[in-house]
Amino acid sequence: MIRRGGEIDSRGLSWAAVGGEAGDIVVSSRVRLARNLQGYPFPGRASAEDRARVLETVRTALGELAGSADVDLWEMGDLDVRERDLLLERHVVSRELVGENEPPSHAGLALWVDETAGLMINEEDHIRLQALTGGFELEDTWRTVDRLDERLGELLPYAFHHEYGFLTACPTNVGTGLRASVLVHLPGLVLTKEIRKVLEGIGQVGLTYRGLYGEGSEVVGNLFQVSNQTTLGKEEEELVGHLTRVVGKVVDYERSARSRMLREAPGILEDKVWRAYGILRHARSLGAEEMMNLLSALRLGISLKLLQSPRVETLNEILVFGQTAHLEEAAGGALGEAEGDAARAAYVRTRLQSDES
Amino acid sequence: MLCEDCREREAELQLTAIIDGAMRTLDLCSVCASERGLSSSSSTPAPLADFLAQLGPEAASGGEGSDEPCPYCGITEADFRRTGRLGCPQCYAHFEPQLRSLLRRLHGSPQHVGKLYMSAGSEAGDRIARLSAMRRRLQRAVDTEDFELAAELRDRIHELEGAE
Repeated sequence: MIRRGGEIDSRGLSWAAVGGEAGDIVVSSRVRLARNLQGYPFPGRASAEDRARVLETVRTALGELAGSADVDLWEMGDLDVRERDLLLERHVVSRELVGENEPPSHAGLALWVDETAGLMINEEDHIRLQALTGGFELEDTWRTVDRLDERLGELLPYAFHHEYGFLTACPTNVGTGLRASVLVHLPGLVLTKEIRKVLEGIGQVGLTYRGLYGEGSEVVGNLFQVSNQTTLGKEEEELVGHLTRVVGKVVDYERSARSRMLREAPGILEDKVWRAYGILRHARSLGAEEMMNLLSALRLGISLKLLQSPRVETLNEILVFGQTAHLEEAAGGALGEAEGDAARAAYVRTRLQSDES
Repeated sequence: MLCEDCREREAELQLTAIIDGAMRTLDLCSVCASERGLSSSSSTPAPLADFLAQLGPEAASGGEGSDEPCPYCGITEADFRRTGRLGCPQCYAHFEPQLRSLLRRLHGSPQHVGKLYMSAGSEAGDRIARLSAMRRRLQRAVDTEDFELAAELRDRIHELEGAE
């Protein structure tokens, strides 16, 4: 059954609540498939009427998905700025879907109620089907998306070309339309200055990286999003398997960088971690970027067992709830910069304190 | 063209920068570019439009409007080179000659080998192609001992065979 999306409350957050495999280094795994419908221009070129028809066609198909869990669907135009920013901070929508000031017409987000997957409508492509899981779970995440795609494909007329595969607005996505990405935390490689070598290596094997908020975003808090760069000429399992193997190697490098630091400069490392803890636990004002960088030291400290608390899951939640729209939502109104930084500091103090007991 | 910084080596890169409040384009050699903190082997992802802009003279000219726009959505090759986006699924057939070499450069291959799609009204040939692709995936799932996927694929294959 498809429902009209109501309150956003805690939707789209399940990935943050699980540590998952290698959860101390791999924050989350994501797989998305780009699909378009035959007979309509791509969203960037489509008229408002065409975009409306695409939205309705997808809505109907979601409603018909036999045996599926319930799905909530929000139209971006029905949400206020803060609600759209909440979804953005939870990584279930892209900046393109919510727009800069005004949302584009008939842009929609469908979320499965069981949190297995989401679907953006009228983003760069008509459909961006994706699943996001906590930890290093690429293969399972791919299977979830694959299964839904098979069923949706029976209900929707996908644009498909015998030679080029699934057709997409941007030729960088054509073929499988698959982008698999893993959010990894690599402070060890950054601190030992080996990160550049590793990132170059990633580039040489057909992968690419970006910051936490997708294309063009800066790397903050030592969080790198590693993904496949090519989508055509390889099978889906091959793309997912290749990324899994390479990220597995990166995780190994990160672990060895960490143990080397622990061996060679244990005092410095411990001091860095505890200073970060001290600031986060007691500060009265925290900027968003400062918070991200200090959280990185905490995540490292927990992984190396230099700290007993907080839990990794708490850190993942702070990554989301410590962002501006979430703080404003909790405060029940807009916050100026100074108020926001104060609210952020108060929120982080409370979360860290509750994990201490 | 010579590098605008050293005036000795051939320029290899173009840098667009805001200098004294005005946008300027500098042609630089790789040595001077790296002195300005730029790398010629950029490992950061560049948007497709930038990539297209580097693709040689026919791209740099931006198209003279001589080529036909896509009859379905009306975009021209120049539009595509500027935005990096096509207008509709039919653009792939309309701009095929240009796209084929672009796809090879972007992906290393212009031929899709992943999942096949069969719409409700598709021909028997499509179904056979799809079945053989699914059997290939099934074999690999068995090889990698991914039995959950294998079982699922087996069911899907049975369903498709039943529809024949």
